[in-house]
Amino acid sequence: MSDRKFQPETLAIHAGQIPDAATGARALPIYQTTSFVFDSAEHAASLFNLQTFGNIYSRLSNPTVAALEERVAALEAGRAAVASASGMAAEAMALMTLLQSGDHVVAAGALYGGTVTMLAVSLAKFGIEVTFVDAQRPEAFAAAMRPNTRAVYAETLGNPSLVVLDIAAVAEVAHAHGVPLVVDNTVPSPYLCNPLALGADIVVHSATKYLAGHGTTLGGVMVEGGKFPWDNGKFPGMTEPSAGYHGVKFYETFGDFGFSMRARMETLRVYGASLSPMSAWQILQGVETLPLRMERHCRNALAVAVFLRSHPRVAWVNYPGLADHAQHALVLRQMRQVDGVPGASGLLAFGVKGGVAQGVKFIESARFMSHLVNIGDTRTLISHPASTTHRQLDEAQQLAAGVLPDMVRISVGLEHIDDILWDIDQALSATLD
Amino acid sequence: MPVDTIALRRILQSCRTIAVVGLSAEWHRPSYFAAKYMQSHGYRILPVNPRYAGSSVLGMACVARLEDLDEPVDMVDVFRRSEDVGAIADSAIALGAKCLWQQIGVVNREADARARAAGLDSVMDRCVKIEHARVFGGLHWAGVNTGVISARRMG
Repeated sequence: MSDRKFQPETLAIHAGQIPDAATGARALPIYQTTSFVFDSAEHAASLFNLQTFGNIYSRLSNPTVAALEERVAALEAGRAAVASASGMAAEAMALMTLLQSGDHVVAAGALYGGTVTMLAVSLAKFGIEVTFVDAQRPEAFAAAMRPNTRAVYAETLGNPSLVVLDIAAVAEVAHAHGVPLVVDNTVPSPYLCNPLALGADIVVHSATKYLAGHGTTLGGVMVEGGKFPWDNGKFPGMTEPSAGYHGVKFYETFGDFGFSMRARMETLRVYGASLSPMSAWQILQGVETLPLRMERHCRNALAVAVFLRSHPRVAWVNYPGLADHAQHALVLRQMRQVDGVPGASGLLAFGVKGGVAQGVKFIESARFMSHLVNIGDTRTLISHPASTTHRQLDEAQQLAAGVLPDMVRISVGLEHIDDILWDIDQALSATLD
Repeated sequence: MPVDTIALRRILQSCRTIAVVGLSAEWHRPSYFAAKYMQSHGYRILPVNPRYAGSSVLGMACVARLEDLDEPVDMVDVFRRSEDVGAIADSAIALGAKCLWQQIGVVNREADARARAAGLDSVMDRCVKIEHARVFGGLHWAGVNTGVISARRMG
């Protein structure tokens, strides 16, 4: 038997889950328990000291949750992962482990609205500053770096701007300043893009979206690449004895998964946004079919983009999978091929001719396309970001996040493409009334 | 030559007695973490550290130097500065050890080459505890990508 590099289709089913040691159960058991017994006082002490690896309490770790963690780590070709109660919790865990009062973040402007609020408002309360820059210009990231910058943050595919990040170029900027690049890879999912392989250091996911894929369950995952040199002098929290955990030096003790261990023990354990075992199990049911679903999402979305582009009621279409998209060359370089073209996810945006009122009319005229704010569901979902996900932002912030007033976002689902195009067409026709 | 999972599994199954050079008696030091973990997984730990010579660490008598050991050693696990590994490698070869293991952050390529030339397995810049846990599935607990894909229960 030799080491084999398994393909994502295989990892999506097998990584992180071998048959249960106690029962031989082939499918993943749900370990719905808060706590785990100690064999002895000595065993308990060793577990708490991290000298013996094992479970103590499900806020820290749980065997069902661990299966999801290892599976996403494997799909991202990362070193280790930590799951959380939602995608926002995964982002918060990554940033709150990295940053402290007085630090500065350089972030892409084209971000999910909740992330903008976290950076600009919530973390600002703790004395962390942020500068938002144009995600399409790596030199803008470089120009915003300061001596106290400790993280660069961006999305692989901006939601809903669909701005494509040049991961290798921005990673180079971050590394030249000795700081890690943190990337939200939710929209492509690990099947279409692996940011760690392109130079990113930490990946976060809302597992609620394509990873789960069924729109039933909230969850998040943070993945560590394992290559960042935490001993470069800028991250004493990684190299000095931890005040938050028994004086452990996380980088020295755990090496290339030291950041994950620190996130688990200092941030997840303390702030408590842990994923429930039942939710991890439900998300994993979806992960098993991630590659199959992503292929169909991409195929359907490309067909929708082509259809919309030639539709007389449509003002503009933004889908990075279109060959004439301004950033298509970058998409070609970073994304997996589906049907011989780069897969750009099921997410696209367009403007209905006439503006905001017609956009709202389109949304209200849909038959089975659902008006809601999630993405990455089996169902086709539509929304108007300016009045929903990004409504907390003022108009300038909305434009910086790539949200135009007439923008309609579609998360193209897995229904038959003919039916999807029919529903879009009849809803567009209704905008004439 | 990179050390792959198969080689690590073979090394950690065949080496049962480990001399830990630079083993600390302080519980929060990485060397103590690693040696305590290996001991609890059935390995015989032989502490080597002049600071504790004559007393015991992890319940085992500590000696000052590898040459002071009076029993055979399978692996010499090094928690010392990289520049000190040359002499330790020579001692490991003289003792008939099967493996020279340099911990995370310990990288002496000449010592590595000498050990290999003498027929020993040699591992650099890795933690014996982490690799044991990774190749035998234990790190799965911490969300680590172990690389283990199997339809059999972990024995």
